[in-house]
Amino acid sequence: MLDPSGPRGSRPRPVLSSRNIIIYGTLFVVAFYYLIPLYVMVVTSLKGMPEIRMGNIFSPPMEITFEPWVKAWATACTGLNCDGLSRGFWNSVIITVPSVIASIAIASVNGYALANWKFKGANIFFTILIVGAFIPYQIMIYPIVIILRDIGLYGSLFGLIIVHCIFGMPILTLLFRNYFSALPQELFKAARVDGAGFWQIFLRIMLPMSLPIFVVAVILQVTGIWNDFLFGVVYTRPDTYPMTVQLNNIVNSVQGVKEYNVNMAATILTGLVPLIIYFASGKLFVRGIAAGAVKG
Amino acid sequence: MSSAGKRPSQLTRNLSAKIASIPMMLTALVIFVGGTAWTVFYSFTNSRLLPRLNFVGFNQYERLWAAPRWNVAVENLAIYGVLMLIFSLLIGFVLAALMDQKIRFEDTFRTIFLYPFALSFIVTGLVWQWLLNPDFGVQAVVRSLGWTSFTFDPLYDQRIVIYGILIAALWQGTGLVMCLMLAGLRGIDEDIWKAARVDGIPTWRTYVQIIIPMMRPVFITTLVIIAASIVKVYDLVVAQTSGGPGISSEVPAKYVYDYMFHAQNLGQGFAASTMMLLSVIIIVIPWAYLEFGGRKHA
Repeated sequence: MLDPSGPRGSRPRPVLSSRNIIIYGTLFVVAFYYLIPLYVMVVTSLKGMPEIRMGNIFSPPMEITFEPWVKAWATACTGLNCDGLSRGFWNSVIITVPSVIASIAIASVNGYALANWKFKGANIFFTILIVGAFIPYQIMIYPIVIILRDIGLYGSLFGLIIVHCIFGMPILTLLFRNYFSALPQELFKAARVDGAGFWQIFLRIMLPMSLPIFVVAVILQVTGIWNDFLFGVVYTRPDTYPMTVQLNNIVNSVQGVKEYNVNMAATILTGLVPLIIYFASGKLFVRGIAAGAVKG
Repeated sequence: MSSAGKRPSQLTRNLSAKIASIPMMLTALVIFVGGTAWTVFYSFTNSRLLPRLNFVGFNQYERLWAAPRWNVAVENLAIYGVLMLIFSLLIGFVLAALMDQKIRFEDTFRTIFLYPFALSFIVTGLVWQWLLNPDFGVQAVVRSLGWTSFTFDPLYDQRIVIYGILIAALWQGTGLVMCLMLAGLRGIDEDIWKAARVDGIPTWRTYVQIIIPMMRPVFITTLVIIAASIVKVYDLVVAQTSGGPGISSEVPAKYVYDYMFHAQNLGQGFAASTMMLLSVIIIVIPWAYLEFGGRKHA
């Protein structure tokens, strides 16, 4: 298990043994390598273009300027639109919030049905779902385009929300099924004896006990949907592009002079939401990926 | 409502649960099975702008494997895939083993190793595009220190561009492998370590001969997760190189997207995505057999 840290007994070894030097030395070097890109992103975004052209990407800014951030947020151009990443940010918010709520609502009920109300054939669907999680999205992209076009949702926000619900379903259903299966079955049986039905038990007994798993699911989905690029680029139109797609268009656009500081500010802005969630959630994030991955 | 009577009919039994499972059934049948079958089916047609039922046999596949771009993409994926598997498992395991030595600041180290995993491939690709920029990035910095002939510009060199992408992918993904491995190591009984110590077996041999074989399930699961993500690699390439220089960093997923939505050659896109599916089947089937075939899962 991913154990909480903290002292686990004293170590009688000397602090500066060669063993410790090797362990901590390696860890510090690797940690340094992992932190460099974040550091470079931040310092680049705080420099002016003249300083970037002259200097070294690793050197701290001589003169801190927040102009690149303002420009990235409010006036950077993608194609003809020059209202910056703010458009993509709000699109991503409008996409992420309903997608997270809808996908979790659907998957939690699915997981509950699979855990407590097994019906004939349920496991066949579940197996297909889990196997489906490994199928490359590319093979299902076009049929979904046709379906969405036929029901008039292609290119709309609602269409993309449906897509996120579909592709979030395998992992979330697995997560909830495993969680509900692990709850004491006596509770469920007692409620059944008292005559409670499917929805009653779910809303009044299961939900109040499953706050932690909902938090894990929210973390998983917010970062996953916020970071999505493929579905955004396939199922939305330029004016509803999510932030990742718009970021890529800003940075990799071929016209104009490259403004590396603005690009890096835009990159940090896009990474900020998942990073904040990651640093704020700590262990829960780890638990989410471990629960999703190890049992997958 | 659900069953109240003694012998309810087969259909209305658990009716609420069935209704609640409709989204799952639809997703499984219509999208996962239906969508996949549809694409495979249409890969045998000569659909261009719109899907058409004009069958041409294996023509699309012949053209696919004759296309230089597809061959470059497959070759890139093979190099990237093999190296990604080896290095992420190796680095991930070594980091996990180091983290498992009852070290201080374990949480801090884990937070640092795992944060790139929270970032999207687009962000990852753009950061590394900047770091590997030959005029400003690592190459320029080393040159400015006096080593003027130093060359390190993977993103601008056709022969090594895939390694530039690999560097970024490893930065993003090894944290996850480390976490999975650490969870595996923590699951191993402390007594095994004690027994090995009593027998005087050196630490590295305990790892190689006892611990790693014991962690086989963790390795297999991790392997499958990495492998499935390798086949899907797309955003990273789009952000970092857009497939360039030329076509030298193309990958299959990008080939599919470009042919479906830009080149208006759906048949090629369908054939290419079917090939991707085939490669995943080759990976997943043996694993699923090992994991679920041998013993019953709860």
